[in-house]
Amino acid sequence: MPTPSRYWREIPQRYRLEAGKCKNCGFIAFPPRLVCPRCQSRVFETIVLADVGKIVTYTIIRVPPKPFSDQAPYAVGIIELDDGVRLTGQIVDFAFEELKVGQRVKIEFRKVYEEGEAGVIYYGYKFVPA
Amino acid sequence: MREVAVIGVGMNKWGELWEKSLRDVFTEAAILALDDAGVDKIDSLIVGCMSSGVFVGQEHLSSLLADYLGQVPVPAARVESACASGGLALRTGWIEVASGLSDVVLVGGVEKMTDVNGHEATYALGTAADQEYECYHGITFPGLYALIARAHMEKYGTTREQLAMVAVKNHANGSLNPLAQYPFKVSVEAVLSSVMVADPLRILDCSPITDGAAALILCQVELAKKLKKPIVKITASGMATDTIALSARREITWIESTYQAAKRAYAMAAKKAEDIDVIEVHDCFTIAEICVMEALGLVEKGKGGKAVEDGLTSLRGKIPVNTSGGLKAKGHPVGATGVAQAIEIVKQLREEAGPRQVKGAKVGLTQNMGGSGGSSIVHIFERG
Repeated sequence: MPTPSRYWREIPQRYRLEAGKCKNCGFIAFPPRLVCPRCQSRVFETIVLADVGKIVTYTIIRVPPKPFSDQAPYAVGIIELDDGVRLTGQIVDFAFEELKVGQRVKIEFRKVYEEGEAGVIYYGYKFVPA
Repeated sequence: MREVAVIGVGMNKWGELWEKSLRDVFTEAAILALDDAGVDKIDSLIVGCMSSGVFVGQEHLSSLLADYLGQVPVPAARVESACASGGLALRTGWIEVASGLSDVVLVGGVEKMTDVNGHEATYALGTAADQEYECYHGITFPGLYALIARAHMEKYGTTREQLAMVAVKNHANGSLNPLAQYPFKVSVEAVLSSVMVADPLRILDCSPITDGAAALILCQVELAKKLKKPIVKITASGMATDTIALSARREITWIESTYQAAKRAYAMAAKKAEDIDVIEVHDCFTIAEICVMEALGLVEKGKGGKAVEDGLTSLRGKIPVNTSGGLKAKGHPVGATGVAQAIEIVKQLREEAGPRQVKGAKVGLTQNMGGSGGSSIVHIFERG
């Protein structure tokens, strides 16, 4: 089982959607990076991502990894936020047959999964109907 | 750089090898390769393995395997690039011989995947994706390729049946390969009625969990000529990387790392896509073969599904792809796959592929891919 530090060091991204915006070319890195993949600049400012976007593609996971066993089947998609950044995450509060590419969604803060008998509860962003 | 030849190949039947350990599986394949080449000493050993630490709790494979092959104290290295670890081993061995550092190198690949249960295997394979920003949200590897498949279907009109036809073709080829894990045919109807794993991909769209190994002996060409062995030259090695997170790519349906690796390999061998007679690609999922055909330049962007439907890539088609049965039917012990792809091409160029033989094949290509396309390795082979 990982130490809690592995979880809490990602909190600025998972809870608050903090990203790094390259001061040279404007590329938005989520999660933040030290070097811009577009222009190799190393100067970033912290910004907060848009919280609305659309479904680029999606799937329904029917054979889940162990920590998600009690949730299957569930939808996961790649969402393009209105600032152009793409995230992978669960799409919830939809009937599966309502899902379609291009559908508008917004971000909500939710429980992602629970680990083991005495483990941490893991939180983060999920996508819900806009 | 010196010219490099493959002078020996070794592989046993793949499958769920309960009675064999990782070291057994590897050593048996390596012995076959040594015997095929007619050598009993090597200058160095390179082994590709994705995740022996998770699958069997064993790292430090380089020394372990050199020891069990009776080759201590030769230098040995284990290399890793997820499911492209075998291809990376081949590239690393090729560099070592081409550079003049070694004359005879054993390149192997191995994965022992059935010593853990299905959940643990899913976890081990998931380590090839972004742990914090993909796996954290419950995505799996079939799930990632399902995201690609849905996007390809939306964008280009690729059909569910066309995806199934990749599995049908590869199982038809695999039915002719006695070393394949699943050497039987499947029908389109069987694929379409198999259990759903991650919509729209079903279990028969997925490559299996497999135990297996494969090995090659690489040799400097001048020395290979003296050994009077059939020579297959490796005339190009191309590799490229990309983001391991699928969401970070500009185009979900385009495997840029394969395009870049192929571009480098075609330039190095002075060949074009249309010069290739036989190809082994990384069909970890049916959609992967379609995307890879496009990235290799065999067909136009978006036309991969139609090409499979038209039989372009079948055994007697214009560009036979995955004559071995591919990962789909032959099996996919991840670290061994890239090496086994090379074995199929060497057999084809030596005209030893039996009922799978592509008549008069002189130039072959392999494409091995890590994760959802975060790394790709392309090699070109020519009859010596």
